[in-house]
Amino acid sequence: MEEEKREKGVILLDFWVSPFSQRLKIAMDEKNVEFECIEEDIPNNKSQLLLKSNPVYKKIPVLIHDGKPICESMVILRYIDEVWPHQAPLLPSDPYSRAIASFWADFIDKKVYDLGTKIWMRSGEVQETAKQELLAVMKTLEGELGEKEFFGGDVFGFVDITLVPFYAWFHAYEIFAKFSFEEECPKIVAWAKRCMQRDSVCKALPEPKKVYEYLLDLKATYNLY
Amino acid sequence: MAGEKGVVLLDLWVSPFGQRVRIALAEKGVDYEYKEQDLMNKSELLLKSNPVYKKIPVLLHDGKSICESLIIVQYIDEVWSNKAPLLPAEPLARANARFWADFIDKKVYECATRLWKLKGEEQEVAKKEFIEIFKLLEGELGDKTFFGGESFGFVDLALVPFVAWFYAYETCAKFSMEEECPKIVAWGKRCMERESVSKTLSDPTKVYEFVLFLKKRFGVE
Repeated sequence: MEEEKREKGVILLDFWVSPFSQRLKIAMDEKNVEFECIEEDIPNNKSQLLLKSNPVYKKIPVLIHDGKPICESMVILRYIDEVWPHQAPLLPSDPYSRAIASFWADFIDKKVYDLGTKIWMRSGEVQETAKQELLAVMKTLEGELGEKEFFGGDVFGFVDITLVPFYAWFHAYEIFAKFSFEEECPKIVAWAKRCMQRDSVCKALPEPKKVYEYLLDLKATYNLY
Repeated sequence: MAGEKGVVLLDLWVSPFGQRVRIALAEKGVDYEYKEQDLMNKSELLLKSNPVYKKIPVLLHDGKSICESLIIVQYIDEVWSNKAPLLPAEPLARANARFWADFIDKKVYECATRLWKLKGEEQEVAKKEFIEIFKLLEGELGDKTFFGGESFGFVDLALVPFVAWFYAYETCAKFSMEEECPKIVAWGKRCMERESVSKTLSDPTKVYEFVLFLKKRFGVE
C-alpha cells in the first residue's frame, strides 16, 4: 500500500448547521487552534475524503490532525482537550469532577438531538411527547446548572460546549411545537445568552432563522407535514 | 450525604455493563463491596445515587456516586492510575479506543436485544446487523492479541462481557459466532485466560436461562 503523505495541520470536515461540528469549532477557538474547515455536501454528495476518513459512520464532523482522522464529536472534543491542554482546559483536573462533566455531556449527547429531531420532523402525539421529554431534559439540566454561571462553574467548559450549539435550534423547535423555552426553562436560556457573549460561541452558531429555514426545506424535500 | 469510605458497586449479576466495572476494579486490584440490586424493586440507595437513569451499574466512592459504565471505567482508570492502565497514554490511541468503545456501546446491546426479543423477518434483520457489527470489530482487532494491542484495555473490557451472551444469541437466532466471527471468538477465549474476566463473566448457560426468563416476561415465544 502506498505511503500516504501526512498533511500537517488541522482539518475539520463540517456541515454548516451541524451542532456536533460546532462543538469542535468552539473548542478549537477557545484554545486558539488554527484549523481549516471543509464544508461537506450532506447528505447527497459526501466527499471521498469523508468516506475514507469515517468509513464506519460516514458522518461529519471528522477532525483530521496531521493526516489522521478522529470521529464522533465527543471523542474529538476529548482529543482536542488532550492535545492542546494548556489553553482553556475544557475538563476539570480531578477525576470525580471529570466523571460528573462526562456524565452530563453524555446525557446531553444521548437525548437532545433525537428529541429535537422528533419535534421538527413529526407532528401530533409523537411531536407533543417529544416536546414534553425535551423540556424535562432541559429542566433536569437547569437543576444541574443551579446558580452557576456555567455548567463547569465559573469556567466555560466541556458540558457547556456540548449543549450550547442546540441553542441555535431553539427558535425552530419553538415554532414547530408551539412553545417557548424562555417560559419553560428560563435558566437555560439565560445560560445560553451568557455563552453567546463568548466570541467562540457566537462565531460558531448559525442564525436561528437559517436553522429554521433549513428544516423547512428538509420537510419539503422529504414531504413531511 | 455522609461520605462512607470505600468503594461500593450497585449492580446486577448478569449485567454486561456492571461486569465492565467489575473487570476494571479487578484489573486494578481494588477492594470493593458488591451490592446486588433488585431492579423490579429498586432500592433507595440506587434511586438516590442515580436519580437521572435509575439504572445499574453505579459506583460509590467515599459516598460519591458515578454512573454510566464507561464513565465509571474511565474514573477507575484515573483514580487508580498506578496499575494496569486501561486507556493508552497517547491522545490519538486514546481517541481510537474511545471511538470503538462508544461504537460497542451504541450498537451491540440494542441489536442483541432485538435478536432475542423479535422473531421471523425482524429477527433475521437483527441477526444480519449483529454479525455485521462483529465483522467490523474483527476488522479493528485485526491480528492483534487484544483491541489495545499487546495489552488488555478499554475496548476489550467494553466488549468482553457480551461474550457470555453469545450462546444465548446463537440459540435464539440460530447461528454460530464461531462460524461467522472466529477471530472474535478466539479473542474472547484469550480474554477469558485473564482472571479478572473469567471470574466476572456469567456462565453462558445461566445467561441463556436469564434471556428465557426475559422472553417470558415480555411475552416472546
